[in-house]
Amino acid sequence: MGERVEDKHQWPLYEVFIRARGGLDHKHAGSLHAADAPMAIEHARDVYTRRQEGVSIWVVRSTDITASDPADADSLFEPARDKVYRHPTFYDIPDEVKTL
Amino acid sequence: MSAAAMRVADDDLFRYVLRLGDLSLVLGQRLGEWVGHAPALEEDLGLANTALDLIGQARLLLAYAGEIEGRGRDEDAIALLREHGEYLNPTLAEQPNGDFGQTVVRQVLIDAFQLELYERLASSADERLAAVAAKAVKETRYHLRYSGGWLVRLGDGTEESHTRVQSALERLWPYTGELFAEDDVDRAMADRGIAPRLTEVQKGWMSRIDALLAEATLERPHDRPYSWFGKRGHHSEHLGYMLAEMQYLQRTYPGARW
Repeated sequence: MGERVEDKHQWPLYEVFIRARGGLDHKHAGSLHAADAPMAIEHARDVYTRRQEGVSIWVVRSTDITASDPADADSLFEPARDKVYRHPTFYDIPDEVKTL
Repeated sequence: MSAAAMRVADDDLFRYVLRLGDLSLVLGQRLGEWVGHAPALEEDLGLANTALDLIGQARLLLAYAGEIEGRGRDEDAIALLREHGEYLNPTLAEQPNGDFGQTVVRQVLIDAFQLELYERLASSADERLAAVAAKAVKETRYHLRYSGGWLVRLGDGTEESHTRVQSALERLWPYTGELFAEDDVDRAMADRGIAPRLTEVQKGWMSRIDALLAEATLERPHDRPYSWFGKRGHHSEHLGYMLAEMQYLQRTYPGARW
């Protein structure tokens, strides 16, 4: 991380998040290389919103994302598997409610 | 208005619209040459997006020129089947891509010109031109943001990048004089409220360019006399090669469709 000399020959990687319409969440669209954040926004505009995919763009340095370790999947996610009562599937949804 | 005066007036408009359309067409074709060759995938797409915006503007303008001319030529016939001397783009647009820095300099000079022009054309007495300009001005704002951003990065970058863009600027600067050299067509258009006065456009252009050059730590070159006049059909040697490639398909397979 940081500005090591050898990194200067390769732009850092940015993750791109696009909001498709007002009211929706930003969704991960992909990643790209850019010299800095403002350039990453422009690249994201050119690479990921060519077909009107979005109304808002977020970019973040890939190195700034802390990810869970796939090796921990058993302890992180397995315990939720048999807890069906955590899903709100036991309610009757009124017909008038269009999205939930 | 007499029939003769009418014909002259329409010919002025025809030429003026061709100049605008050819500027976008030729610059768009030049930028298209970068596809597959840009320094990074992201820049490849960025340049192609700008190229397609410009070709889109050219389509609207050249189709309109065909209607004004009234001889049944459509946008394709005008874009792809004219001779060298019938293209009326300013000579700057046809200058070769050179390195990425030279492409950026050419782009900045023209983006700023088109932006100042389109902003004023949006209130043109000619409704068609006003509509095209209103659409194009949004595209052009982004073009200048892109090219201007790169000018600053390269100018205020490494010693090598600074030297390269400064020398590209020296090389291309002499072609900018033509952009603001008002002739009969420009005067007629301004008198009819169709186009802005080029002196106004130049003022706006110069202040944009000066601000960008200052930020990019570049020096504005001295004005020098020039001997070409692309907007009257007198081009540099570069246009012919470009047209040979651009027109190849239409010339070899007339009326080709897909």
